[in-house]
Amino acid sequence: MIEENNLKRRYLAQNIWFTIFWLSMILIAVVLGSILYFIFSRGVKVINWEFLTAAPRRGMTEGGIFPAIVGTLYLVLGSIVVSLPLGVFSAIYLTEYASPRHPALRAIRTAIHCLAGVPSVVFGLFGLAVFVKIFGFGVSVLSGSLTLGIMSLPVVITSVEEALKAVPLSFREASLALGANKWTTIWRVVLPSSLPGILTGLILSIGRVAGETAPIMFTAAVFYTRGLPQSPFDPVMALPYHIYGLITEGTRPDKQIPLAYGTAVVLILLVIAVDFIAIYWRGRARRSRKW
Amino acid sequence: MAFSSVFFLIGIVVVLFGEGWPVFAHVSLSQFLLGRRWYPTSSPPQFGALPLILGSLLVTGGGLLFAVPLGLFAGIFLAEVCPPRGREVLKPIVELLADIPSVIYGFFGVVVIAPLIRNFLSLSTGLTAFTASLILGIMAVPSIVSVIEDAITSIPRSYREASLALGATHWETLHRVVLPAASSGIGAAIILGAGRIIGETMAVLMVAGGAPVIPRSFFQPVRTLTATIAVEMGEASAGSPHYHALFSLAIILFLFTLILNILVENLIPEGRRRVR
Repeated sequence: MIEENNLKRRYLAQNIWFTIFWLSMILIAVVLGSILYFIFSRGVKVINWEFLTAAPRRGMTEGGIFPAIVGTLYLVLGSIVVSLPLGVFSAIYLTEYASPRHPALRAIRTAIHCLAGVPSVVFGLFGLAVFVKIFGFGVSVLSGSLTLGIMSLPVVITSVEEALKAVPLSFREASLALGANKWTTIWRVVLPSSLPGILTGLILSIGRVAGETAPIMFTAAVFYTRGLPQSPFDPVMALPYHIYGLITEGTRPDKQIPLAYGTAVVLILLVIAVDFIAIYWRGRARRSRKW
Repeated sequence: MAFSSVFFLIGIVVVLFGEGWPVFAHVSLSQFLLGRRWYPTSSPPQFGALPLILGSLLVTGGGLLFAVPLGLFAGIFLAEVCPPRGREVLKPIVELLADIPSVIYGFFGVVVIAPLIRNFLSLSTGLTAFTASLILGIMAVPSIVSVIEDAITSIPRSYREASLALGATHWETLHRVVLPAASSGIGAAIILGAGRIIGETMAVLMVAGGAPVIPRSFFQPVRTLTATIAVEMGEASAGSPHYHALFSLAIILFLFTLILNILVENLIPEGRRRVR
């Protein structure tokens, strides 16, 4: 009898705790749901063809966000041009060349982890001091892309590394046994096999880069531009900075806040779309894997 | 090219110190760190960073108050309690929370949370350290969840089996065996969360209210290191003491995150470390 009561109590404790765990997870889902609900319910009605294809008019109180969409795309592409080659070569060195106990490997890994922890606004300052001032690129697409590219380097290196590690050793051995040298093996065998993984990592970094504001505040973004940038040395508008600007600047919050909702919807949709593409791609790559 | 990350990390350190150090010609180190007045544009300018440092620490502590229980419980849930099918649905939800840009959190905080808090607590403004902590806490949840999940799933199966074989319930096994074994991972998760919050800029800039005074209460506006850099860099002319002072704030911020990073590195065994 005592035994049985005791057991009941023990299971009661379990049920209480597991319910708390359930509730925490539900709370997280509710928070996400309410953020999306509030923004979508007020932002979707702002969005129409004009909103997506026109430039802002009348001191940011009317018109669309086309220059900000284009600006964000430029920054994303620019950052990839910076981070992809650096990331791929770093990852190749880390997985294929360096011996696991080499001190250089440790240094690189520590640097990657430290870099990943550096606050984004600090990258912004770095970009301001180096690219905007010292190199004289000014507040421009180029400065912003370089800054964002460096910032996304840890994510890109890590995901490329994981993709390379997923290629079985036997692939490399088969290629080497056929007389190919190391570089040919990497270039013709390892890289093609890991391409889907590399792309997935790249897509994930796009999602992050598109939403970053602090690194581009002093290096690339302005609240308003006349027309689209004509060269990499021109400043741009960008979606996240546009939202910030609509809330904090200007004199007509009654007209600007709805536009901010619309811009937020576009930015969230962009990020979600990027996520889904990455998830889909990863799944497809896994299914079609030949090993 | 393989050394690019080492190169950039050193570059960041050199630039921060190179641009930040000159401010100490205008203000001593102790005045800078312990000074209570941050009036960078008055004449003569006063660069006392203490209110900003305390502001950062306050919202970090406050954010952890929300993020740690929620992240810990949700992480345990995903690793231990949730059926595998449920995990396939719930994990993307947590990941999506991580991918929402911080400016969106700030926007949500300004238009939804701040008015709620102002009315509910009848304050003069809803933009307070409390509001910022709430938003930052939500933002830190995904990283905490992911580290905790990793830590728990890395505990060898045999530990659980031994405990279950002795007649312990699932919860007893979890709380007496698995969680103690995963404690360093849980510590790492909390520290990583702290690093995320202290470095967060846009949300805190929009939501925390922005008053550079030493916080006396949780329900008043504060200003963090990150927000100060973001909002003042636009108006500080290059080479002025103000410009250098903002870089010095970044040095403090960088050192904070560096220390947190090193702690995380030491708590997570080599081979299980991931960039998040």
